[in-house]
Amino acid sequence: MSVEASPAARPPLLERLLEGQTVALAKAITAVENDTELAPELLQGIQPRLGRALVVGFTGPPGAGKSTLVNSLIAELRARERGVGVVAVDPSSPLTGGAILGDRIRMTQHTRDPEVFVRSLASRGHLGGLSPTAARVIDVMDAAGKDIVVVETVGAGQSEVEIAEIADVRIVICAPGLGDDVQAIKAGILEIADILVVNKADLPMADRTVSQLKNMLALRAENAPDVPVLATTATKDEGITELVDAIEERGHVASDEERAARALKRVQRLLAEATGQRLRRLIRGVDDGTIDDLCRSIQRGELSIDAAAGRLLGKLDLGE
Amino acid sequence: MSQPPKILVTKIGFDGHDRGSRIVAAYLRDAGMEVVYTGPWQSIDDVVTLATQEDVDVIGVSSLATDHLLLPKLMDALRAADLGHIKVVVGGIVPDADAESLASAGVARVFHPGSTREDIVGDVGDLAREARAGNAVA
Repeated sequence: MSVEASPAARPPLLERLLEGQTVALAKAITAVENDTELAPELLQGIQPRLGRALVVGFTGPPGAGKSTLVNSLIAELRARERGVGVVAVDPSSPLTGGAILGDRIRMTQHTRDPEVFVRSLASRGHLGGLSPTAARVIDVMDAAGKDIVVVETVGAGQSEVEIAEIADVRIVICAPGLGDDVQAIKAGILEIADILVVNKADLPMADRTVSQLKNMLALRAENAPDVPVLATTATKDEGITELVDAIEERGHVASDEERAARALKRVQRLLAEATGQRLRRLIRGVDDGTIDDLCRSIQRGELSIDAAAGRLLGKLDLGE
Repeated sequence: MSQPPKILVTKIGFDGHDRGSRIVAAYLRDAGMEVVYTGPWQSIDDVVTLATQEDVDVIGVSSLATDHLLLPKLMDALRAADLGHIKVVVGGIVPDADAESLASAGVARVFHPGSTREDIVGDVGDLAREARAGNAVA
């Protein structure tokens, strides 16, 4: 299917997506997630419409309450009349590729709200807390006219920081009583936060966790941006108004230049991914024994791995 | 890129006994499928919305206490929402006489007690592929 991207030749799916139709949004996400033949045109067609949604990322360890907090957050966003898209990522099994996508269990109160669209994605072997196509799925929701796209990562440890590159506002959720104050100053997930949330604030250790995080923040450079530490109890909808206020404030703080720079970075990343995918496909297509020969040379110590990689690249037909 | 079958495992109605649906969800996961698990007490409208947003290939409904009698209504609602390509299966306690009327309402398969993991995984996988072929048109 090679159709020129003129408005007259637009596939109906793209038109319906840009009108914000629910079924079209669902189908477009499937096309992008599974990289079907419709995907390239769709992704090209939505580009001029991107950058309007505020992308809010939630990450944190399993069981910290990400889904429950997102559920309360949606209620507050809807009270403020924002259209909401949610991308919820759960892990795929490394053994079978299967997945249980259960984040929406905690979001059922919004099922009947037509302005809330939730899509579950499996991580499909992708490390970093998201799925291979999460960034593209977020773009599709943006193009469909959602005001806010909330992204929930898989339960993340200390280094699943990919969300930092994708979201406009990064929220790291902690639960009380996990780890000590040395853990709080380690590099990684806490550093990417624009807002830190201590959820389950009704538990006994909550105050201490809040003060540990504040101490961690106090150790940063003097010119480091201000990061609020908020306490929430998502199951009781407590602290949610303050959280949404903080999110919207951060969303406004980002200047046009900052947003443009971030958008460019996202496209750079998509281009790098697509180029990498093509390269991998080309390399898989080399079946004339070249790769085995190179590997044996490496094993014999005749060739460095880096030099072998250079030779392999030289063999590939890198044209269009 | 591979496209694992996407399955919605759910329960409609007032019965909350969801152990069976959890076991089946785990079977399907272990067979490499992506399973959206909803938990019990969904309404028909909820299931239609979930199936729309998640763009699933198969809906698996667990029924232990006559909830299967709601399935003809679900089939109508799916067709009305232009989701007629989705295959619907039911598992649990379904009397033979009801199984016949469910089949004529368009339910693709009834899994009775004694169904094996292989039966369920094999049939659901086949139905998912069939549904996706019918959904190829955007």
